[in-house]
Amino acid sequence: MTFKRPNSAGFLVLAILAGLCAVALVDPALAQTAADATKDAAPAAPVPNKGDVAWMLTSSALVLMMSIPGLALFYGGLVRTKNMASVLTQVFAIVSMIGVTWTLYGYSMAFSDGGSMTAYVGGFSKAFMHGVDGSSTAATFSNGVVIPELAYFVFQMTFAMITPALIVGAFAERIKFSAVMLFILLWSTLIYYPIAHWVWYVAAPDDVANAAKALAAATDAAAKSAAQAKLDSVTSSVGWLAGAGALDFAGGTVVHINAGIAGLVGALIIGKRVGYGKDLMAPHSLTMTMIGASLLWVGWFGFNAGSNLEANGTTAVAFVNTMVATAGAALSWLLCEWMLKGKPSLLGICSGAVAGLVAVTPASGFAGTIGALVLGLVVSPVCLFFVSSVKNTFGYDDALDVFGVHCVGGIVGALGTGILVNPALGGVGITDYTNITGNNAGTYDLVTQMIAQGKAVLATLVWSGVGSAILYKVVDVIVGLRPSVEQEREGLDITDHGERAYNY
Amino acid sequence: MKIVMAIIKPFKLEEVRDALTAIGVHGLTVTEVKGYGRQKGHTEIYRGAEYAVSFLPKIKIEVAVASGQVDKTIEAITAAAKTGQIGDGKIFVINLDHAIRIRTGEADAAAL
Repeated sequence: MTFKRPNSAGFLVLAILAGLCAVALVDPALAQTAADATKDAAPAAPVPNKGDVAWMLTSSALVLMMSIPGLALFYGGLVRTKNMASVLTQVFAIVSMIGVTWTLYGYSMAFSDGGSMTAYVGGFSKAFMHGVDGSSTAATFSNGVVIPELAYFVFQMTFAMITPALIVGAFAERIKFSAVMLFILLWSTLIYYPIAHWVWYVAAPDDVANAAKALAAATDAAAKSAAQAKLDSVTSSVGWLAGAGALDFAGGTVVHINAGIAGLVGALIIGKRVGYGKDLMAPHSLTMTMIGASLLWVGWFGFNAGSNLEANGTTAVAFVNTMVATAGAALSWLLCEWMLKGKPSLLGICSGAVAGLVAVTPASGFAGTIGALVLGLVVSPVCLFFVSSVKNTFGYDDALDVFGVHCVGGIVGALGTGILVNPALGGVGITDYTNITGNNAGTYDLVTQMIAQGKAVLATLVWSGVGSAILYKVVDVIVGLRPSVEQEREGLDITDHGERAYNY
Repeated sequence: MKIVMAIIKPFKLEEVRDALTAIGVHGLTVTEVKGYGRQKGHTEIYRGAEYAVSFLPKIKIEVAVASGQVDKTIEAITAAAKTGQIGDGKIFVINLDHAIRIRTGEADAAAL
């Protein structure tokens, strides 16, 4: 028996990471100063509510459960036995890698002020958790309500984990593990963190209120113009899509359209699986897929209802919408398939549930209950059309239908949100919590809102689609995307990981 | 001596085993197999992907018997495994030169 010398590159990376962490640990003094400065600015700082904290930490754990084991099993059941360990490892490894990069710089890129670039990307002021500790707080959507920043940090981390993990379904069974890891490292850094910033970096309601109060209190012209400038800087220091008034409650654009288009581009660039259209590529375990879909459904309550950042009435709205839309979509997929293909299938009802969860994501806190039900009923036929007719017509091998379910479902949801937020349809209307210029706060206009929604969809499709294409090419040059035909036939479990998912 | 090899429907295995035990055949080997004959396969649909599955799961049983017992064995299997539908299976009879019981070294008829 011979032992191969371990790859030294891995150790080098670890050593560098350890070094950087050590540097970050040395400057708690700096962090302290920053925290003190914030305290001075807001003398009566609100204290986090215990119920909110408990709910946000619970939600974070629920969203982690969506990725592992939920998504991993949902995807894993759909591949052939020889690639089961490969899919499970990819999802688990992505979750772990993002857990590291989010802590080191991802959170800062998504949720800190990017200075002159802040419409498009955050800065590095919170890199290495600078100034983020047990006493710092993050704003919610209500005045006078905050949650611990660490709770916000870890909740958003779980979103950053699942989004890239969604992509691997598109090119499952035919990509090298090294290529997946490098691609996801680049993609999360250059595509996900900026898009999260575009949509979710909004002004804290308290900052807006304080600035507005200062403006009202200003007496002479000089103080007035200074206060107005302060208010403008607060309300304009937001991601550009948030500023454009696009509504996305829990991440239909940021998570699903984003991952879905990246998946489609990957499926096109990497090419079809060997034997696609000829060999039997039936799912190896619909049992696992059903377990995975069910875990996704449960975890999604954390994803959608947690996105309210507090435990209150809107949280219940999002929770119930998630339940109702998903039930409607699962049933509607089952019935459509029964009518069109002759049999109601387990994979069909599971796919419908996921499509419903995707579609209700952006609408969850905005639509009324019946609106959410209609959204669920509508999304399934559209996704079914894409995963069967469109995919077969164009012949792309989106192995696990990441595009057909997540991107298409996400677009249906994003546009549906623009319609269903209408108070006349039971929606909550455009909530006025930040006074962001131009977000139509307090009013609802279908055309204006649909333009904003369309802008968000298109921007995401273009940035993620084009950006991903470039990143796939870069990864192809550096490590190569595809295994050899022989390796692919043998299965990635053995060739990439040296183990089998099943030994019986 | 002969080997009687039969391909049967999986759910008929217990009935065939009972019928063979009743005529004094004590011992058989069972294998799960897939194959096709006149029975058509079926179509499986996974979202948009349709697969024609032409290899159907069957059970293969192999029994070693003395030449005089071959007809009785065939009758027993036929009676037990028959449903009258396409796909009931087939029986093949093959010559068997030698048989040895590993534990005792007994040979041929004594080893069956």
